Amino acid sequence: MTQLPLRAQLASALGRSAATLSRMTGRGDGSVIGGRVGLMLEPDLLRQLARDRRLALVSATNGKTTTTRLITSALLELGEVATNAFGANMPAGHVSALSTHKDAPYGVLEVDEKYLPEVLDTTGAGVVCLMNLSRDQMDRAAEIWLLAQKWRRALSGKPTHVIANCDDPLVTWGASTAAKVTWVAGGQRWKEDSWCCPECGGPLDRKDADWACRECTFHRPEPQWVLDDDAVVDPRGQRWLLDIQLPGLANRSNAAMALAVAEAFGLPVERALPRLREVTSVAGRYTTVERDGRHARLLLAKNPAGWLEAFDVSDPQQPIILSVNAQGPDGRDTSWLWDVDYRILRGRPVFVTGERRLDLALRLDVADVPFSLCGTFSEALSMQPPGRVDVIANYTAFQQIRSEFGRAV
Amino acid sequence: MPSDSALRIVWIYPDLLSTYGDQGNVLVLEQRAQRRGIETETIYVRSADPVPESGDIYLIGGGEDRPQILAAERLRKDGGLHRAIARGAAMLAVCAGYQIMGSTFGGEEGQPVDGIGVLDIASSRGPARAVGELVAEVDAELGLPTLTGFENHMGVTRLGPGVKALSRTTVGVGNGDGFEGCYAGHIVGTYLHGPALARNPALADLLLSWRAGDLAPLDDTRYEQLRRERLAAVLGS
Repeated sequence: MTQLPLRAQLASALGRSAATLSRMTGRGDGSVIGGRVGLMLEPDLLRQLARDRRLALVSATNGKTTTTRLITSALLELGEVATNAFGANMPAGHVSALSTHKDAPYGVLEVDEKYLPEVLDTTGAGVVCLMNLSRDQMDRAAEIWLLAQKWRRALSGKPTHVIANCDDPLVTWGASTAAKVTWVAGGQRWKEDSWCCPECGGPLDRKDADWACRECTFHRPEPQWVLDDDAVVDPRGQRWLLDIQLPGLANRSNAAMALAVAEAFGLPVERALPRLREVTSVAGRYTTVERDGRHARLLLAKNPAGWLEAFDVSDPQQPIILSVNAQGPDGRDTSWLWDVDYRILRGRPVFVTGERRLDLALRLDVADVPFSLCGTFSEALSMQPPGRVDVIANYTAFQQIRSEFGRAV
Repeated sequence: MPSDSALRIVWIYPDLLSTYGDQGNVLVLEQRAQRRGIETETIYVRSADPVPESGDIYLIGGGEDRPQILAAERLRKDGGLHRAIARGAAMLAVCAGYQIMGSTFGGEEGQPVDGIGVLDIASSRGPARAVGELVAEVDAELGLPTLTGFENHMGVTRLGPGVKALSRTTVGVGNGDGFEGCYAGHIVGTYLHGPALARNPALADLLLSWRAGDLAPLDDTRYEQLRRERLAAVLGS
């Protein structure tokens, strides 16, 4: 690694000190404030920190944090990896991640969908991994057709190698201006945002995993990697049983993407896959917390596609606690609740809590799903018989539960 | 199979305009009809398909600029919605769908795009995005309680003499001139996106009553709890 200029070294060091102070005073993990301080002192810091490293950027509506973790875990086979493991996915978080591991030759950065063009321009990352795009917190997030359009412009004319999920038409469109694309058939459960051709607006015809526009030539590219239930078929046709510990189809899809990214870094499946199998929980997701004999497994779901994935992971034999907030990071608008099909919960004991529990209560009432309304998560948990229970919560509701049980989970 | 007498709810172009929980309006109408013993049949009309003209209540939702322009083009070419309205069908048009009903609306770059001209309104792109809770007092003639909901749009809508304002805003932006939404005959347009009817069950009942006549009262505990909580949160009482 080449030496950073003096100003960048200073900015980076002061940023790390700010992060340490923030942690010591219990204000968070410090990754955002540390990066902000660094960028204030040296606006060009991210570019300088990124130079001479091999970087992968990871973006999508769902699965960013988990996929970032899986890729990081794999690349540790090759050497030290800088990563923003706690989901601080804007430039301040990237600065913080890279300055914390200033000698790491590799970097895996989770990037907010809106920031991808900017971060790609600044870092010149060699690899970009794109998984899915669907409706998400529309009061603050960009509209997704527009977002895919911006990805196209950002990728055009760069030497970046993109690893993209060709089962998602909008992602395919967003990725297809890149000079080099490896297509992964990673599956697509939520289809409500891709009935129309992103290129011309015509109807998309679908047959099994395949899709094509009825009115123009836009169609699903031939995948090099294919997720086939619990296995991945690599570009040479070899089938690998995934056998990862993270639950659910969405995570097997994330793992397939991670294997393709690893190969782009020259890491073969036989070395990457055992590393993916070591990952058991990601920033509190999928961990189980315990109180008075109640074992609650925590699932994060922030938008309609995320709820489908959480339902897939959750155990239909167990009771379920749902918690919904509408603070800034969640989106202040709860209308997305009406895009989730809750009828799958009929027949299970359902407990509803969170700051916007009345929105969810009406939603379940209209879906004919019986439930108990609880003032707090603790109350909902105490209503359970000893044993296991699943919890699905959106972003700040999830963080509130985690901090109640200690952030260490 | 639903009988011929079933109330036909037609959801126009969920593949283009359903970005903001618009399905909620369909579900609320279905529930409130069915709990009164009124059989319903819901028809999801994708944008490649013709719009049936024999529906009772038509719903069209919100969405991005490009799908909005596509939806307007296709509705104009199709003509089914115009024929349905001429036959006296009821309609709730939301956000992007509301703008389409007028003579013109703002496109991706703010350029004027032709609407389908079933409401005497004209929309354009406003100076800033209006995002947040909205509260408004409904036109006295309709006899509805306070309107509550969430808006998220950049549109400004001017009402012509052929429509009346749906409500006068106390919180929020709405049409941009102190009023929110409009109505004419059995058509209601509003910027309250997504589950506007979940937050305003009386508006759902107004649409239902236009096609199904007098309605029996329902137990609205869950609706009322949510309305009270939202209005208190926004008005601070």
